[in-house]
Amino acid sequence: MNFSRRETLALGLGAAAMGFMPFRVNAAVEDAIAAFTGGAEMGEGGLTLTAPEIAENGNTVPIGVDAPEAASILILASGNPTPGVAEFKFGELAGSQAASTRIRLAGTQDVVAIAKMADGSFVKTSSTVKVTIGGCGG
Amino acid sequence: MADGVKPRVKVPKSAAAGDTITIKTLISHNMESGQRKGKDGNLIPRSIINRFTCEFNGKSVIDVTLEPAISTNPYIEFDSLVPEEGEFKFTWYDDDGSVYEDSKKIAIG
Repeated sequence: MNFSRRETLALGLGAAAMGFMPFRVNAAVEDAIAAFTGGAEMGEGGLTLTAPEIAENGNTVPIGVDAPEAASILILASGNPTPGVAEFKFGELAGSQAASTRIRLAGTQDVVAIAKMADGSFVKTSSTVKVTIGGCGG
Repeated sequence: MADGVKPRVKVPKSAAAGDTITIKTLISHNMESGQRKGKDGNLIPRSIINRFTCEFNGKSVIDVTLEPAISTNPYIEFDSLVPEEGEFKFTWYDDDGSVYEDSKKIAIG
């Protein structure tokens, strides 16, 4: 079987694209999202996730979420052994729909935040954090 | 009950009625994730604080569900409205059933 130069290049590009595609989808994360949203569509906007670009120590990564209009906010770490991080439910006296805390990240990964708005809709945002030293012991 | 659990809360002493204030809370706790192995090679069982709530005069301000991915000595910062003089009540729920409480009064002025 002979390949022309053009065909060889096309094959190479296809193979490279295949290599990048997988591994982004994590079943546990999808389950956690489905449990929170009930399978509803998620929009964008109205939710801010503050996370550092690079975290030297994965044991304490400071993060913050802010979503005016939100009733509750779920935070997930897609690359942790268990993806759940925290769920903030805002009560009637919440001064703003914002909170910050410190989390553990096992390695470089996307941190995902999903807010349930007061009108029942959902919005999602995520942020990639590079972790130099993982925070899950072992 | 885990040893040496000590809640620390920072609330302003006073605020104007209707103001929004920032509350910072920290509780010293190991938050053993259940993923680490001890010296004998066995997993150390999970032992974390799984829920934190804050109430002002009986009305909910925030209710947080914590998972093992929360760092040692969980720190939570949030905002609250202060409609009147009263008392903030903070409650942490441990995996082992213990409940740790703290409260802070706030005056109007």
